Amino acid sequence: MSFWSKHAIFEKNSIVLVIGILIVIAIGGLVEIVPLFYLKNTIEKVDGVRPYTPLELAGRNIYVREGCYVCHSQMIRPLRDEVERYGHYSLAAESMYDKPFQWGSKRTGPDLARIGGKYSDDWHREHFKNPRSVVPGSIMPNYSWLAETDLDFSHVAQDLKVQATLGIPYTPEMVAKAAADVVAQATNDNPDAVELIKRYPKANARDFDGNPTRITEADALIAYLQMLGTQVDFKLYDDKANIR
Amino acid sequence: MANESAHPKLMTIGEGGSALAFAALAMFSIIVAAGAFTPEFAFHAYLFAAASIAAVFAIVNRYYERPDEAAPLVVDGKPNYNMGPVKFASIAAVVWGIAGFTVGLVIALQLAFPALNFDLPWVTFGRLRPLHTSAVIFAFGGNVLIATSMYVVQRTCRARLAGDIAPWFVVLGYNFFIVIAGTGYLLGITQSKEYAEPEWYSDLFLAIVWVTYFLVYLGTIMRRTEPHIYVANWFYLAFIVTIAVLHLGNNASVPVSVYSSKSYIVWSGVQDAMVQWWYGHNAVGFFLTAGFLGIMYYFIPKRADRPVYSYRLSIIHFWSLIFLYIWAGPHHLHYTALPDWAQTLGMTFSVMLWMPSWGGMINGIMTLSGAWDKLRTDPVLRMMVVSVAFYGMATFEGPMMSVKIVNSLSHYTDWTIGHVHSGALGWVGYISFGALYCLVPWLWNRPLYSLKLVNWHFWISTIGIVLYVSAMWVSGILQGLMWRAYTNLGFLEYSFVETVEAMHPFYVIRAIGGLLFLVGALLMAWNLWKTVTSAVSAAPADLRLAPAE
Repeated sequence: MSFWSKHAIFEKNSIVLVIGILIVIAIGGLVEIVPLFYLKNTIEKVDGVRPYTPLELAGRNIYVREGCYVCHSQMIRPLRDEVERYGHYSLAAESMYDKPFQWGSKRTGPDLARIGGKYSDDWHREHFKNPRSVVPGSIMPNYSWLAETDLDFSHVAQDLKVQATLGIPYTPEMVAKAAADVVAQATNDNPDAVELIKRYPKANARDFDGNPTRITEADALIAYLQMLGTQVDFKLYDDKANIR
Repeated sequence: MANESAHPKLMTIGEGGSALAFAALAMFSIIVAAGAFTPEFAFHAYLFAAASIAAVFAIVNRYYERPDEAAPLVVDGKPNYNMGPVKFASIAAVVWGIAGFTVGLVIALQLAFPALNFDLPWVTFGRLRPLHTSAVIFAFGGNVLIATSMYVVQRTCRARLAGDIAPWFVVLGYNFFIVIAGTGYLLGITQSKEYAEPEWYSDLFLAIVWVTYFLVYLGTIMRRTEPHIYVANWFYLAFIVTIAVLHLGNNASVPVSVYSSKSYIVWSGVQDAMVQWWYGHNAVGFFLTAGFLGIMYYFIPKRADRPVYSYRLSIIHFWSLIFLYIWAGPHHLHYTALPDWAQTLGMTFSVMLWMPSWGGMINGIMTLSGAWDKLRTDPVLRMMVVSVAFYGMATFEGPMMSVKIVNSLSHYTDWTIGHVHSGALGWVGYISFGALYCLVPWLWNRPLYSLKLVNWHFWISTIGIVLYVSAMWVSGILQGLMWRAYTNLGFLEYSFVETVEAMHPFYVIRAIGGLLFLVGALLMAWNLWKTVTSAVSAAPADLRLAPAE
C-alpha cells in the first residue's frame, strides 16, 4: 500500500469525493470572510455616515442599472497620486450602507468616490447630455435620456423597508415619508426639506436637473453623485485612531 | 393520463411531476406579469410563462411519442449513451460564442469611437459590457462545459446519463437562464455584481438548474461500470459543486417585491466586496479553470492517443488547485478599505497558486510525450496544446499581478483586461474550440469537414490574441504610469482625460485583434456546420475506450 494508492478512496466513492471537495473549498472562504463580520476594526468608527435619502437611493439604483461601475471605481487607494487626484483615501465606513458595494474594478473613467461637490449641477447635466461638451477627450456614452425620463418612485418606500430589514438603519418614519422625501429633495425651496435634512443630515435639497417642473432620473442620479464622499469631515477625522 | 391499450403506458413520476411543476410556474409567472412594477419585469415574467407552457407541451408530447418502456441503459452489451443534450449544448456553444465575441467587438469599438453608443439606453457600453462577459463566460463557456462534461462522464463511466427529463431540463433551462440574463442587461435589469449581474429571479432559477445538473452528473458517476472515477470527472465535479456554493453565497438577496425585478443584497460594503471577489475570482478558478481542466484531462489524451503524463501529478494538481484558488479573491481588493490581513492572505495564496497551475500545465503538455509530431500534423491538437501554454502564461501573470506592489500599478487599468483575455481567448477559447472540433465529429459520426480551415482558424485567431493582449499590456502600463507621473515641480503631470486620450490607438488595435478572433470563430462555425450537414456517414468514429486513469 503506497501513499498514492490511498487516494483510491476518493476515486472509488463519489460521495466521499464530493465531501472532500466541499471541505477543501470551504476553508479559504470561511477564514477570509467570517472574521469580517465580527472583527470590530473592520469598519472604522467615524461620524457622519448616514443611509442614502430616498432620492439618492433612487439615483444609486440608476447608477447600478446603467452599469456605471464597469468604468468608474468608488475606491480611492492610499497612494500619493490617488489621494492628490481624488482626495482622502476611502474608508470602509463610507460604504457600510452600500447594497451592493460599488468599489468597481476598472477606471476607464475617473474614480467617483469623492465626486460630490466637485462640479456644479449644471456641469453634470451638460455632461450627461453630451460628455464631450465639457470634457472634449471623453469616451463616455451620452446619457441624454436621463433628463427626459420621469423618475419612477412609486415603490421607493418598499426599497427602504427591505433595506431596513437587512440592517440599514432606516426608521419607520423614514419609510413612511420616503415618497414625500423624494419630492422634498428634488424641488427648490420646498418647506418639507427642513424635515428631510433632520432625517438625513447634510442632504442637498434642490432641483438638480434644471427642470423644476419635473422629477427626472437625472435629478436622482445627480443628487446621488453630489453626495458621494462628502459625509465624513476629514478635518475632524483621526487617521491614527483607526489604524488597522 | 394512462393509455388504456394492451400495454398500459404509464406517465412516469418525473414526467408527471415536472409537467405539473411547469404548469404551476406558468400560472405563477402570469400572476407576477399582471402585477409587475415595470414593463421590463412583466416581459420577463411572460417569457417564463411562455417557456413553462412550452415545457408542459413538450413533456406531454414526448410522452405520447415515446415507446412504452424507458430507454434501456445498455444495448447489445454497450452503454446506451444519451447524446441528445450534448448535441444541443454543443450547437448552443457555437451560437453563443459568435454572439459573445461580436458583442465584445462592438464594445471594443465603442471605447475607441464613443459615437457607437448611438444615444440609446439599451446599447450603451455600461449595459453591453455585462452582456459580453456573460455571453462568453456563461453562455459560450457554460455550454461547452455542459456539453463536454455530459459527454465525458458517460464515456469514462461507461454509463448512460442519469435522468430522463433532467438532462434536457439542465441544457434547456440553462440556456433559458442565459436569455433572461442577457435581455435583462439590455433592459437595465442588473444587480451590478461583476459576473453575477442577473437579478434574484434569474439566480433562483439558475440555482434549480444547477442543482439538477449536479444530481445528473453525480447520478451518472454512481452508475459507472468502471471502478475508478476518471480524473476529468474530479475537476468537473469540483466545478459544479463549487459554483453552486459560490452562486448561493454571492447572490443572497431579498427582492423589493415579488413583482419587482430589483433586489438588495444581504451583505453590504466591505463584506459585500469580499464575498463578491470570493465569488468573482473563483468564477475564474472553478468555472473557467477547473471545468476546462476537465476538458484538458479528457480531450488532450484522447486526441493525442497517449495516457495522461502523470497520475500522481494529477492528484496533487487537483487538490492543491481547488484548495488554494478559494483564497485568492482579495487580490482584487488590494489597497482598498478591505483590512490588510485579508489582502495579505489573498496575495500569499495567489502567489502559491502559481505552482499547482503550472503542475497542471506540465501534466497537460507532457501528455504529448512520444506524440510531439502530431503538433505539426493535427491543428486541433495544436490548438489545445497552445491553449495549455496560454494557461501557463496567464497563471504566471496572475500571481505576479497579485503582488501588491505590481497591483498598485496594474489595478484599474487595461493590463487586467489584457490578462483576463490571454486566459479567456487563449486558454478557455482554444481548449473549447479544440474540444468542439473533437466532439462534433464524434457526436454526429462524421469526419471533420476540413482540417485546413482549422489551421486557418488557429493562425488568424492567434494573431488576434497577440494583437489584443499586447495592446492591453501597453495601454495598461502606460495609463498606470501616466496616473502616477509627477512634474519636476511636484504636481501630477496628466489630467485624467489626457490618460484616456492616450489609450485611443491601443483601443483600435485591440478591436482589430478582437475582429480577427471573431473571424476565426466564424470559420469554425462554418466548418462545424459543414461537418454536421455533410451527407457522408463515415464508419463509426472513435469507439475506443477512454484512456485509463
